[in-house]
Amino acid sequence: MISNSQTQLATADDQQAPLLEIDHVTRRFERKPDFAAKLAARLGAPINRRTVHAVDDASFAIHRREVVGLVGESGCGKSTLGRIVAGIDNPTEGRILYNGDDVAHVSSEEARRFQLKIQMIFQDPLDSLNPRYRIGKAVSEAARYHKVVPEAEMTAHIEKVLLQCGVDPTTQNRFPHQFSGGQRQRIGIARALAVRPELVVCDEAVASLDVSIQAQIINLFMDLRDEYDLAYLFVSHDIGVVRHISDRVVVMYLGRIVEQGTTADLFAKPNHPYTQALLGQVPSLKRRHSSFHTIKGEIPSPLKPPSGCHFHPRCPHAMDICKQARPPLKEVASGHMSACHLNDKG
Amino acid sequence: MTDLTTEMKQGTIPPELAAEIAAANSFPPEPPARPVRRAIKRVLTDPLGLVGTLIVVLLLLAALFAHWIAPQNPYDLAVLDIMDNRLSPGSESFSGMTYWLGTDDQGRDLFSAILYGLRTSIFVGIASAGIALVIGSVMGLVSAYFGGRIDTLVMRLVDIQLSFPPILVALILLAILGQGVDKIIVALVVTQWAYYARTVRGAALVERGRTYVDAARCLALPSRMVTLNHILPNCLPPLIVVATMRVAYAVSLEATLSFLGIGLPVTEPSLGLLISNGNKYMLSGDWWISVFPGVALLLLIVGINLVGDRLRDVLNPKFKD
Repeated sequence: MISNSQTQLATADDQQAPLLEIDHVTRRFERKPDFAAKLAARLGAPINRRTVHAVDDASFAIHRREVVGLVGESGCGKSTLGRIVAGIDNPTEGRILYNGDDVAHVSSEEARRFQLKIQMIFQDPLDSLNPRYRIGKAVSEAARYHKVVPEAEMTAHIEKVLLQCGVDPTTQNRFPHQFSGGQRQRIGIARALAVRPELVVCDEAVASLDVSIQAQIINLFMDLRDEYDLAYLFVSHDIGVVRHISDRVVVMYLGRIVEQGTTADLFAKPNHPYTQALLGQVPSLKRRHSSFHTIKGEIPSPLKPPSGCHFHPRCPHAMDICKQARPPLKEVASGHMSACHLNDKG
Repeated sequence: MTDLTTEMKQGTIPPELAAEIAAANSFPPEPPARPVRRAIKRVLTDPLGLVGTLIVVLLLLAALFAHWIAPQNPYDLAVLDIMDNRLSPGSESFSGMTYWLGTDDQGRDLFSAILYGLRTSIFVGIASAGIALVIGSVMGLVSAYFGGRIDTLVMRLVDIQLSFPPILVALILLAILGQGVDKIIVALVVTQWAYYARTVRGAALVERGRTYVDAARCLALPSRMVTLNHILPNCLPPLIVVATMRVAYAVSLEATLSFLGIGLPVTEPSLGLLISNGNKYMLSGDWWISVFPGVALLLLIVGINLVGDRLRDVLNPKFKD
């Protein structure tokens, strides 16, 4: 079934512009100099700017009905990138194109419409619901404010969405603390769906749930995708889950995209040494007796990332050039991009 | 669920386990009580909280219905008899009325004067605390939500405000504005809004970092709705605590100012003014003129503080259950 949907996608790719395009997006977090630091700088002290490149020059696209997995170790910037896609955070540099339009350069009315089309599901389902809102209000508030459906159809609309997400509509006047974790996540999904999005960003959306509930929620995501033609950006550190549901996978390391490709391709022939190491860490039934290699060393501090290729201190194949130049993201096979100097060796 | 109940009837599942499963499957039994309502309930179940609440409610009712309770209208000069001045508690007037708490130097029934004074004091306290609460909350919310320069500006204003002793600020303001209920309320608001602003900002900063605020922003709700509908209601618990404490403070500050003779005019005696009136007769043995209004003021402030104290314990998440 996966291969089937992928061939459909490949043909769709050629015909229409991507639903969402992330174009050279960079997000820096900087500690603004306080009064004392400014004074010191004025008096000639060396300026010590602490800048974190949470996302460094990332580009990728999400097509209609496509599930893109975004994986990486914790602290690699995948959540920040997810938040930028969802419009909660703004990029320092770069553009976000929605159906070909730059989100930053449209009227406020357009921007609001785009914002609604991209919704987000969060990691902590309890924290993502206002504790003082009855869930009916939580789900209907935005739909009502933006008049997603006429007021007369609102009740029916909300009930339908709740039912589809597996929430009993008769529990609408309960508070979030009266639900279980899985139910709360379903409410969060219903809230996002109530405004009829086209792309849903799931930021570790199943990480805090039991394994059995995880499976239920993932199945729900897939059902909803068929129902509403949704695209997903699935941010996760769980490679098993990502492999199961994604059409395409993007791998990030220390703020940079190091490899992206179709799921089948990337898992069969991982090109980047980091991806290879990452996939080597996925527990599997087939190689239960084989030895288990972890990636050498710690993930470096994003405040002081290594020069050149960020991965070189931990890479088994590191060469001299890896310390000096940042490897560009190059196509290694059709639709499969990787950023590694090894590919230039000839 | 149905399988479970049949199995339970057949006795294949031990009853303790069955109860556990049933509990896990059902919703928490607790009714959908709002946190504020639950907090009020818990204040009333505590002895000190209950005493405080009773005192406050009693004094509030007395002040509210002063017209009906008071045997005499202390503002109506026609009913006052100067011959009755400085009578000791329990003495009778010429007209046969008993002054249970004695009379002051104008021949006013002290009990009636205290009821009316209480009304003025409580009104000034609640009005000033209420206005300060609204102004302070808006400033605190704006400060926390927008951050940056606005935040710096508001918080430095708060710092400046709090670095002056409130009584000094109130004295200066009243010296400029003159006397009157409205003026003392203005003075009290100016001295108090900063406390609310600081409290709300702190709570709002915590709430702003929570994901439901991100979700609201993702749903393209306007800032006004995010702050007023989402953030502010979740900042209420600390705000309520500060508000109760501040009402008590406003009452005592007003009493202080009136005692000093720059607060309320003599025509609208508050508790502070009554105490001040009796002050000059203290040494000649007429203690009741100052002491009874003082006791009323003490009761009011202690009552409010007891409620506020208990509320703080109840609403503090660290002490929850």
